[in-house]
Amino acid sequence: MIWAKEETLSRNEIEEIQLAKLKKTVEYVYEKLPAYRVKMEAVGVKPEHIKTLADVKHLPFITKQDMRDQYPFGWFAVPQKDIVRIHASSGTTGKPTVVGYTRRDLENWAECVARLACAGGASSESVAQICFGYGMFTGALGLHSGLERIGAAIIPSSTGNTQKQIMYMIDFGTSLLVATPSYALRIAEVAMEMGLNPRKDINLKVGLFGSEMLTDAIRAECVKVFGDQILVTSNYGMSEIGGPGVSGECEYLCGFHINEDHFLCEVIDPKTGEVLPYGERGELVVTCLDKETQPLVRYRTRDITRLICEPCKCGRTTIRMENFSGRTDDMLKIKGVNVFPSQIEEVLLSMEEIGPHYEIIVEKAGHTDKLTIRVELAPDKMTDDYQKLKGISKRINSRLKVILGLDTIIKLESPNTLQRFEGKAKRVRDLRPKETLRND
Amino acid sequence: MFIKQLSIFVENRPGRINDVTKALAENNINVICVSLSDTADYGVFRLIVSNPKAAQDVLKEKGFSSTLTDVVGVKLPHHFGMLNKMTEALSEAGVNLLYIYAFTSGKDNAAVIIKTSDNKKAKEAVKAAGLEILNPSAAYNL
Repeated sequence: MIWAKEETLSRNEIEEIQLAKLKKTVEYVYEKLPAYRVKMEAVGVKPEHIKTLADVKHLPFITKQDMRDQYPFGWFAVPQKDIVRIHASSGTTGKPTVVGYTRRDLENWAECVARLACAGGASSESVAQICFGYGMFTGALGLHSGLERIGAAIIPSSTGNTQKQIMYMIDFGTSLLVATPSYALRIAEVAMEMGLNPRKDINLKVGLFGSEMLTDAIRAECVKVFGDQILVTSNYGMSEIGGPGVSGECEYLCGFHINEDHFLCEVIDPKTGEVLPYGERGELVVTCLDKETQPLVRYRTRDITRLICEPCKCGRTTIRMENFSGRTDDMLKIKGVNVFPSQIEEVLLSMEEIGPHYEIIVEKAGHTDKLTIRVELAPDKMTDDYQKLKGISKRINSRLKVILGLDTIIKLESPNTLQRFEGKAKRVRDLRPKETLRND
Repeated sequence: MFIKQLSIFVENRPGRINDVTKALAENNINVICVSLSDTADYGVFRLIVSNPKAAQDVLKEKGFSSTLTDVVGVKLPHHFGMLNKMTEALSEAGVNLLYIYAFTSGKDNAAVIIKTSDNKKAKEAVKAAGLEILNPSAAYNL
């Protein structure tokens, strides 16, 4: 089902809306956000210079560091009395980034998420269990309000106590699961440990995943464990630009439809900052077109994707983002080679002898980098033959060598040895001394 | 019918073997004999136990990956040349010996567990040489 008429407008109609909103937004930030006005003045751009959508390229970027520098409320464009909600990112690497909402922002947020949830398979019939942590994280309450708007029945079970989560899923007839893909797989794993068969005992029709990259391999693994009836989709957003609600996949799984009347997306070369032509892969930059509290202009997401404008079979006319191929800050430089954890994941998940969990460890051995990958032998794939066990590691190693051009040390371990995550999985440990981390 | 040997994947770090034997002890599973050799990162811990299937289930619950492997038990009286008699029989039958480990329960009750390239052929050859096969139910109840 298509939720809103804004998803099926012609290119002209949508661009007209975008241009009008962009002009208004730039005037608004110039007036209300001193931190951005300073940036505009530094490059000599005034609101009246924005005459076409392409003129957005003259505007300065906002980075995560800019957000931190103005912590906590420096990017709020409204007085405090108009704020009705405050969320924040987890802030694992320093102060969190804060996001505020007016009543109207919350309305728009729910509307944007409702569209993506519909595209991703939700309906008023859905019994939706939300296994995101409720609290400062935008994911849980964002999906909550969008799904509520559609009329789904919501089970706000949050994270933790996986056995109880499974009990709710079975007893309440959960048909739609909101979670990170890795937690969805963890649920299936625990269900099997409890002697249940997730394909039969849990009748999931939709996996509406987010907060983590969903690679094709993980998607296939989810279908394998939950059964062929499940539609596994992913949707995208980030706390700095208001949480989930930016874009999401439809049932054709051919990219993330963007809520274009709310977000103007560009792809840039992360090194030069130049806008890349449509279809080229680079860093996603997002401008919020309809936000009162935090109208970020040209926010650098550090996510790598490309834009697709060919029509989609679902009937939506919105431009799509290709499924993400990594984050600029996830990228590891190992022996001078650029490595995305997602590339490693694709290989690991294609091997049936090992489970879907893994850990990547990068160390310095003398002067060179050493890449070790810990994987778990699947519970029923044990063999009495040392040569065959060695063969598993060898095959992983040679497949990775083809893709990465690097030698890896594969460490086989018992099932259930590696750490499991309920939120965003942390699968990379870079133990190299700091100064050598980003040596371009 | 072959003896079902339990082959368990164990990482080479302190406490892993203890995790296995503890799980078996807690579930009243008797260990008849074991074999494990030194390797780098992990080993295959091989055991003959009183109830191989139950042991495998217990270990799966504890997060171990294991498999049941067909092996042959051969009784070897305590005399000169008995082991040689067996290896000669295997050699003549063209059967490759993959691994072997021995155990004994008392003065006249020694036996070896062998895995070969062709267990069926091995069994026949050993029998033909006049040696006695240790049958599975006897092995589990030693």
